[in-house]
Amino acid sequence: MAAIGTAAGLASGLFGVGGGIVIVPLLVLWLGYAEREATGTSLVAIVVIAAVATAVHAAYGNVHVREGLLVGVPAVAGVLLGTELQRRISTRAISLSFAALLVLVAGDLLLDG
Amino acid sequence: MAEAAVIGLAAGIVAGLLGVGGGALFVPALTIFLALSQVDAEATSLLAIIPVALVGAWRQRAHGNADLRAGALLGLLGLGGAAGGAVIANAVPERALEIGFALLIVLVAVQLARRALRAQPRPS
Repeated sequence: MAAIGTAAGLASGLFGVGGGIVIVPLLVLWLGYAEREATGTSLVAIVVIAAVATAVHAAYGNVHVREGLLVGVPAVAGVLLGTELQRRISTRAISLSFAALLVLVAGDLLLDG
Repeated sequence: MAEAAVIGLAAGIVAGLLGVGGGALFVPALTIFLALSQVDAEATSLLAIIPVALVGAWRQRAHGNADLRAGALLGLLGLGGAAGGAVIANAVPERALEIGFALLIVLVAVQLARRALRAQPRPS
């Protein structure tokens, strides 16, 4: 638990992500969670982790509140839609498309940063 | 601006569906469409993640999918790492952060692809 929390916290503070990428697979692999339960539990942990990481970044003056709201408010509507959809559809095609998109973004970032 | 809002919506849907990936889209949206630096985009992404994770956790809990105590414990155990990570992000060059972020989202992509290829469709 401590190892998962620390790794997720580091990834979050360092790279601006929630840490779900660390938490979900490790809860499944190490603690035997079902995938959906791991997802929900991970979201609870992320609230705490992201709040602290935001506070530290804010102390450095890095947080742009207006821009955060501009992506964050539509995202709240999106997450409501996403959690409803998750119960109705197979996420396989979406996972694969999203994975491909991330590889493209990473390639772009690495090549011309 | 409009693009950033659309990507925000998409990031929320992905986060709700897959449980990961909100920040992986927020950060590039903020650098590409709102011209923030990498470290500012990361910090701002974290701010945007808070309400998304809060609402996501609330919905998942309503469906019986969230272990509140375990999640809170994990979060508390992650506090030191989160603060340390934010301090490191401010100490290293931007280019190092960009490369690290790119590698992280490739890892996200690989894990999602593996999960998707392994999983059977699972309607509830």
